[in-house]
Amino acid sequence: MNTSKSARHGLSDRALAWIFILPTVVLLLAFNIFPLFWTIYLSFTNYRANRPNLDVDWVGLANYVHVLTNEDVWASMQATAHFLCWSITLQILIGFGLALLLNRRFRSHSFWSTAILLPMMLAPAVVGTFWKYFFEPQYGIFNYLVGMVGGPTDFTMLGDGDLSPWAIILVDTWMWAPYVMLLLLAGLRSIPPYLYEAAEIDRASEWTKFWRVTLPMVMPFIVLAVLFRAIENFKMFDLVDQLTNGGPGSITQLASITLKREAFEKWRTGYSSALAIILFVSIYGMSMVAVRFLDRVKQR
Amino acid sequence: MNTTVHHPLEPSTGSKWFAAVVVIGYALVSLIPLVWIVMTSLRTPQDAIAYPPKVVAQISAIGYVDLFTTRSRVGVEELAKLPPPTTWYEKLIREQQMILAGPSRFVDRYSNSLIIGFGSTFLSVVLGTLAAYGFSRFRVPAKNDLLFFILSTRMMPPIAVAIPIYLMFRQVDLTDTHTGLMLLYTVVNLSLSVWLLKGFMDEIPREYEEAAMVDGYTRLQAFVKVVLPQASTGIATTAIFCLIFAWNEYAFALLLTSGAAQTSPPFIPTIIGEGGLDWPAMAAGTTLFLLPVLFFTILLRKHLLRGVTFGAVRK
Repeated sequence: MNTSKSARHGLSDRALAWIFILPTVVLLLAFNIFPLFWTIYLSFTNYRANRPNLDVDWVGLANYVHVLTNEDVWASMQATAHFLCWSITLQILIGFGLALLLNRRFRSHSFWSTAILLPMMLAPAVVGTFWKYFFEPQYGIFNYLVGMVGGPTDFTMLGDGDLSPWAIILVDTWMWAPYVMLLLLAGLRSIPPYLYEAAEIDRASEWTKFWRVTLPMVMPFIVLAVLFRAIENFKMFDLVDQLTNGGPGSITQLASITLKREAFEKWRTGYSSALAIILFVSIYGMSMVAVRFLDRVKQR
Repeated sequence: MNTTVHHPLEPSTGSKWFAAVVVIGYALVSLIPLVWIVMTSLRTPQDAIAYPPKVVAQISAIGYVDLFTTRSRVGVEELAKLPPPTTWYEKLIREQQMILAGPSRFVDRYSNSLIIGFGSTFLSVVLGTLAAYGFSRFRVPAKNDLLFFILSTRMMPPIAVAIPIYLMFRQVDLTDTHTGLMLLYTVVNLSLSVWLLKGFMDEIPREYEEAAMVDGYTRLQAFVKVVLPQASTGIATTAIFCLIFAWNEYAFALLLTSGAAQTSPPFIPTIIGEGGLDWPAMAAGTTLFLLPVLFFTILLRKHLLRGVTFGAVRK
């Protein structure tokens, strides 16, 4: 029976499964896993990519020790942490607020939600370039608008060490609060109506309904949004590279910018490989948790 | 019983009005940057650096002319000796005390973006469709581990990946080539493509193929003639997401290309540098670069959520 069936049905399912999946897996191995192992190897050497003819020495854990004891690395980790905390907090607050409002389904709400979503899909590097123009202190529209609503106009958003971290946070929030909005709106819409009906029967106040029904039910989506934004912003490169390029000085030098400088400007390939591995392990940890939440959200 | 209960989820008219005002207000403010950049692309360099910023200014095509050309400055007497300009854009250039020197590299960079974008999208959608079907329909050993592995490749920081890729490309002469960047974007997009398409495939009832196979189709024929047409929306959605990613990508393009294969994102910032602060030219390049993305985003609006959560959250 088996032979006649497979003869009639061409390739067996088993063979077909492998033919379909293998190219993807092979490509990913070649362009992701192989480079990863190469990076791990490089991180134990003193290799410099701009001097390929130099002897390569095995230096053991020296690169890792240097990375972890380097004050500049810690400073850039601090800058990254500051950026992560504030950008995510603002994006969750604004995104959740907008989602709650959009969920009231006023007329034309879907048109305006699309309008709000537009910045999210733009190239961060190009966004960084044109925001640089808006932040120009002499003729930029940002200072002008701040002045128009009663604020000062004599500040330089990108040149001032106190302000430039906030410039990045602001632009990132402009781009990504809509993302949080989109995700949390899906969360709000997944809440079964009977929960509110039950709360209504118990004569629960709006406030109680929010704390007892809405927030707990949306929580997995909030956690997912935080994790996704944390992973993306931890890797953040494009926007900052164009907007501030780490400056002024190294105030906004986030982890990826430090990595680019070490790897592609100072050409300390071995050292930067160690830094890359440390970053990768941190992000990988976050991703594992994110994927677990992705599964939880999916079941809804 | 349910019909007699007043629906408690329907918000009151007042709260709807409040919501509308706040949301529309936010939307309008958040659109200012986009409107402003398009407006800047249509002004003169002088108006672009006026203070206070001009809301209404003379409309000029000089930004677009500057974007597509290179120019050189000449003295007044020398300019007077030249024969009169023959085209409208030469006339605009002359008014800025310059003469036309040649075309700029913008068209090259833009077409690089198109070639690499469409090439990598095609590859990642074809491979992704096959793999997604495989994962959706067949028993694959360690399926969940494999799927997680595929997703995890998306989480790697691009700069970290760029170090070994840079060395690999140098070894096999792929640096600054269309093929190199196309392959790389294909791989980066594969995770999204597989996950998104698997979601779409899971929604197609298996009964369709089974019915076709009872009618004498082979599995492969059923896949091509039954599943693919059913999945066409999903395939188109995935393709647009892949295209937007490749179109927007900056880190790899910056580090792995320098000339022949350079795409628009690393090129656009360099427009400003040529001949002082030419903001209208930068704005013109940005406008032409962003318009396709805005168009596709509006086209995709129903599927955005799916795309940005790798297919996990559908509605």
